[in-house]
Amino acid sequence: MATLIKKRRFVADSWQLLECAADGALPEVTDTGAVIVPLALWRARRDALLARGHAIGVWLDSGESAEDIAADLNHFAVVAVSFPTLSDGRGYSTARLLRERHGFTGELRAIGEVRRDQLLFLERCGFDAFALRDDQDAEHALEAFEEFSEAYQVSVTQPVPLFRRRASSGPAA
Amino acid sequence: MYVYDEIDQRLVDERVAQFRDQTRRFLAGTLSEDEFRALRLRNGLYIQRHAPMLRVAIPYGLLTSAQLRKLAHIARTYDRGYGHMSTRQNIQYNWPRLEEVPQILAELASVQMHAIQTSGNCVRNTTTDQFAGVADDEIVDPLVWCEMIRQWSTFHPEFTWLPRKFKIAVNGSRADRAAVEVHDIGLHAMRADNGAVGFKVLVGGGLGRTPVIGHVIREFLPWQHLLTYLDAILRVYNRFGRRDNIHKARIKILVKEYGPERFREEVEAEWAHLKDGPATLIPEEIRRLESRFTRPQYLQQPGAEAALERQLAADRAFAKWHQRNVFPHKQPGYAAVTLSLKRTGVPPGDITAGEMDAVAELADHYSFGELRVTHEQNLVFADVRKADLHALWRTLRPLGFATPNIGLLTNIICCPGGDFCSLANAKSIPVAAAIQQRFDDLDYLFDIGELDLNISGCINSCGHHHVGHIGILGVDKNGEEWYQVEIGGNQGRTGHGVGASLGKVIGPSFARAEVPDVIERLIGCYLEYRDSEAERFIDVVHRIGHDPFKKSVYASVAKVAAAEPA
Ligand code: SF4
Repeated sequence: MATLIKKRRFVADSWQLLECAADGALPEVTDTGAVIVPLALWRARRDALLARGHAIGVWLDSGESAEDIAADLNHFAVVAVSFPTLSDGRGYSTARLLRERHGFTGELRAIGEVRRDQLLFLERCGFDAFALRDDQDAEHALEAFEEFSEAYQVSVTQPVPLFRRRASSGPAA
Repeated sequence: MYVYDEIDQRLVDERVAQFRDQTRRFLAGTLSEDEFRALRLRNGLYIQRHAPMLRVAIPYGLLTSAQLRKLAHIARTYDRGYGHMSTRQNIQYNWPRLEEVPQILAELASVQMHAIQTSGNCVRNTTTDQFAGVADDEIVDPLVWCEMIRQWSTFHPEFTWLPRKFKIAVNGSRADRAAVEVHDIGLHAMRADNGAVGFKVLVGGGLGRTPVIGHVIREFLPWQHLLTYLDAILRVYNRFGRRDNIHKARIKILVKEYGPERFREEVEAEWAHLKDGPATLIPEEIRRLESRFTRPQYLQQPGAEAALERQLAADRAFAKWHQRNVFPHKQPGYAAVTLSLKRTGVPPGDITAGEMDAVAELADHYSFGELRVTHEQNLVFADVRKADLHALWRTLRPLGFATPNIGLLTNIICCPGGDFCSLANAKSIPVAAAIQQRFDDLDYLFDIGELDLNISGCINSCGHHHVGHIGILGVDKNGEEWYQVEIGGNQGRTGHGVGASLGKVIGPSFARAEVPDVIERLIGCYLEYRDSEAERFIDVVHRIGHDPFKKSVYASVAKVAAAEPA
């Protein structure tokens, strides 16, 4: 199982991630335990999932968007966003939209091709949980969060851009 | 030149430390080849034909003499003693050793330089007019805005894994010397009636496999909204740009698929959420950036004009150079000078460490210690006293930088091609050399007049062949190197009022040895048809069309035409 980092600490993962079969068939859901379900399952079995009485999470594939779940966010303790490849950057936008536009405050988890060297930017886009790929050097992974001490842009972790902070701290030297 | 503050410096230093660690992990085997590839690309490091290639950003083309000396030092210490000026205001080193790249980056950081985002699918180095801030036809000085975009794009958290690379160009003059119409985003800085700065925003232009002229999606964007609007464009692209096919992943394809109108609507809808948010720019920041740019202390130059006139009248060679390589300056008594890196026999854009040192020395002496690199792969001294022009010219001549060919046929834009680049279909440098040799007669060259000739070694179009008045493209035909010739391209609005246009292929391609003859026939046709010397090659192509040119070229190469499908 992948190592889970949450809020820059290693934690045990109490969630079970369910996936559709290769042919698209929806996975079975047992009666107990917290599950993160694919969007298709949420859409098909919404009432049944809510009736289980356990916490629910949903996960979005990179082609699925924040808007697809915006109206349902109050049902989810976790939203996971999948990165099918390292270079597929759509999830960065998805995360910002969930946080900044749709006000999601629960756990936002990056899953899939999640590697050490992406952690900081993922966090800046609003992820607070990271299912680190198995082959990653977990021991040193947390160092990635410290690699940059400042950033120019607005982000989820720094809503005030550097230029406004520079301006309010008086004229530059 | 923008001078870093403590934070700018810290970020660049932290990037060096990060890359040092990534390289260490890669060499130790804990970072996979695949992962390292994605990371090194974002630091400008390619692995190509012979060795790694390191591309160093020269943000919007500005360099100090100290930085140039550092580039010379790097060329000497870590490479084979020279560098290559690219067509995107970058310098490339072709022979660095992977293990030494972190050290090279540290050397760069020590002079406020970097290789951040010079490759990879992210926002690349922003480019601009090489005469920014000094051109006499300038409306808005684009330099502050370029630095603004540099900071905004550097380590942007959301847009580091775009579908494809992303290039932004800014122009602030009446003429367009930044080719904004063929960039992913082109910005024309302009002024409203009340003098307020804003930008005409173009998207979806580009060269490469599918050359397109950009579409205007906003006629006037007030400056305060520059970053939120860029965020909106990039977000639409990041979310909806194609990722399934590398050849269809540039923003131009998305704009084409949606149509410019729907694309504009998508951007505006996204922007509605971001507009007036915290990323809205404030006057304090513009003033701060402006104050961090060093600006020359110009002096009155009484009598300079008259003295220059006398020198021009007395010295024909000097006058020729002045005509081609000296550009009018907004400050009386000053001029901007282009140092041609296009002398016959030297690969276009190549410069040795010794030459860099010599140029740095001259920049200190003649141009306030600063210089620029141009997308035409030349260098510019932007602030030369007119009284010094003659002395500068005499100094440049023995160094080989005074070839009076700026704007002329032998000022060839040329990518590294098959000699260096692993993607090439064909060599480009020897083609440039053969053409330069053929047109070595200066009087003839001047008679032909303004002509942009651009060469790319493959369809990636790094040599901008689509926007050359004459464009040459290396193609592969059954493992052999052939060359396709286009005419009618233009990189952007010029003094003559013609906007950007894309060249069209004249017909079947040619063997390398035939290329100089083909160019000669094209020129012959032009000379025959032109109204006057004022009518340039490109003007004639636009007036009479391709047919006369095709006829004059193919009449005598029928054998090639028969052998080669279009
Ligand atoms: S145009 Fe092609 S051959 Fe030339 S540098 Fe670019 S990728 Fe290489």
